Amino acid sequence: MPALIGVLFLATVVPSGLGLYNPYIQLVLIYIGVNIVLTVSLNLVNGYMGEFSVGHAAFMGVGAYVSSVTTVALVIGNPRLGGPLLPEASSLVVFPLSLLLGGVAAAVFGLLVAIPSFRVRGDYLAIITLAVNFIFKSLVENLDVIGGPRGFLGMTRVTSAMGRAVDVPWTMIWAFVATVGTVYVVHSLVNSTFGKAIVAIREDEIAAELMTVDTRRVKVVAFLLSCGLAGVAGGLFAHVLGFINPAGFGILKSTEVLVMVYLGGMGSITGSVLSAAGLTVLLEAMRPLHVFRWVLIPLLLILLMRFRPTGLMGSRELTDVFPALRRWFGRPPEDEHFEHTGGRVS
Amino acid sequence: MSLTTFLQHFLNALQWGSFYALIAVGYTMVYGVLLLINFAHGDIFMVGAYLGMFVALFLLAQYDVALPLDLPAWALLPLTILVAMALTAVVGVTIERVAYRPLRRKGAPRLYVVITALMFGLLLEYGNLATLGARDRQFPRLIEPTLYNIGGVRFTNVRVAVIVLSLLAMAVLGFLVQRTKTGMAMRAISYDRLAVPLMGVSVDRIIVVTFVIGSAMAALAGVMFGVSYPILSFNMGLLFGWKAFIAAVVGGIGSIRGAVVGGYILGFVEIFVAAFMPSTYRDLIAFSVLLLIITIRPTGLFGVARRTKV
Repeated sequence: MPALIGVLFLATVVPSGLGLYNPYIQLVLIYIGVNIVLTVSLNLVNGYMGEFSVGHAAFMGVGAYVSSVTTVALVIGNPRLGGPLLPEASSLVVFPLSLLLGGVAAAVFGLLVAIPSFRVRGDYLAIITLAVNFIFKSLVENLDVIGGPRGFLGMTRVTSAMGRAVDVPWTMIWAFVATVGTVYVVHSLVNSTFGKAIVAIREDEIAAELMTVDTRRVKVVAFLLSCGLAGVAGGLFAHVLGFINPAGFGILKSTEVLVMVYLGGMGSITGSVLSAAGLTVLLEAMRPLHVFRWVLIPLLLILLMRFRPTGLMGSRELTDVFPALRRWFGRPPEDEHFEHTGGRVS
Repeated sequence: MSLTTFLQHFLNALQWGSFYALIAVGYTMVYGVLLLINFAHGDIFMVGAYLGMFVALFLLAQYDVALPLDLPAWALLPLTILVAMALTAVVGVTIERVAYRPLRRKGAPRLYVVITALMFGLLLEYGNLATLGARDRQFPRLIEPTLYNIGGVRFTNVRVAVIVLSLLAMAVLGFLVQRTKTGMAMRAISYDRLAVPLMGVSVDRIIVVTFVIGSAMAALAGVMFGVSYPILSFNMGLLFGWKAFIAAVVGGIGSIRGAVVGGYILGFVEIFVAAFMPSTYRDLIAFSVLLLIITIRPTGLFGVARRTKV
């Protein structure tokens, strides 16, 4: 695992710092990171827990707005939010803290969804998250202090302030940290006893309850973690793009993340990573096709679903497909005999 | 609020809610039979509107192909609606055959089929954009609008036609589901999907009938939307579809009566919010009300809580 992280670090962050990658490649790399965080976090709820949350972009949006407003108000200043309260160099500390704050805010927002939705199961969570996504978008559009429908900007000045203080590719570094951190946290979680409880809820909630799993607590914790990670991804996304508007966190963005989860396979972290990275690159590569991009991608995915009806990886990990990789990924030994059944009851 | 303004908004809301109700019916029927959230359904509504437009242009002899007979003016709207409904039903059944049935046969988990439905919706939308271009289309005028004024309440014949036709369609649907053998089989599947094939009912046939009826209802909504608001765009079905789905859930998904009621509730909330507040608050309040209803009654207004027996 550390070797793998090292290789990835050498392949992404170091060349960006040395100026070997042009800004576009850096942007795509960061997008890949953001999408991996979003996909892996949604997979925790939709894949491992077997719920169906369709409004992930709303939580991402909460994180994006909270962290952007924090950094811009503290470091840059804005006519509506007031002048800068801290010197410019403080952005080095403020930025990561604002990402965390965005994550916490998204988790708190997720609590508003979690409490009513866990009285029921299945498709009702879909509807509640869907409605919350619309509500979030509409709410931001009506909040004039953060720009309303026109959006909010100024985050590029935060990132350039960080670059002036210490000249390393800060957004790339934090995107890297967030991506690796998310994969590590979710991977550790689903392979822990708590993770077994999450999978047990997916397989049979009543049986899990009988086996002393506190299903309500497990569901809320998993859901809040998922929302919080989406918030962190949102904060990163906002600072990389430099401009956010409520329309960008609508149902289409949620759909994109959903597709990445199911393309990779429910309950497969490596599947999520591969599909998030692959689809991001594919979307960028097909940019010259303009409109036909959105004709070809759904067509490709429909065909893929036809021939691999459970996504690329199903519920298996890359280490299950290629056992030789275990040397690199190193799963905890007690998990060797644990088999996901992928939601199917035999 | 005076009585006349109330009646005015009431009529508006009835018309607006009719669209939601007709689309929500399709969602709820497919869900009842297949337990599938057919996210392509909003785009079926769009397809219905566009097909209606092409049929209407054809009937109005806007294309080079001439009609063999002269159509009387009154037959224009009914004929357009019927042909559009039939064509859209073909599209709906094709989607079922091409995208959903193979996955069902392979025993893919239900949610993968939902994702395929989402993809098909995008395909319909952007296929439209790629072939017809980004320009909005004008729906031809099928009936000459006349304005009536009864005691200060103003309404057009278009509005009356939309409301009457929707109620008529729902009455026909109610008859089909409650009084025919196919309808009985449909209800039986949503009650117990394992026992029905054992009773000699062809499940695939029922599924096809469900898609035919659902798509035809969406096409009816689409054509009437075109008649009422004659600008069509490729993504008109997107927001409408999501909202109608929420309406179906508020009514209790799987229940046709619930979908109709949910659709009208959504229509009423949206129109009355827009009447008294800045229209930017419309979605915010509409969805908050719906969320509140679901929180209080998690199975929707007409849904039946299913107890899981251990």
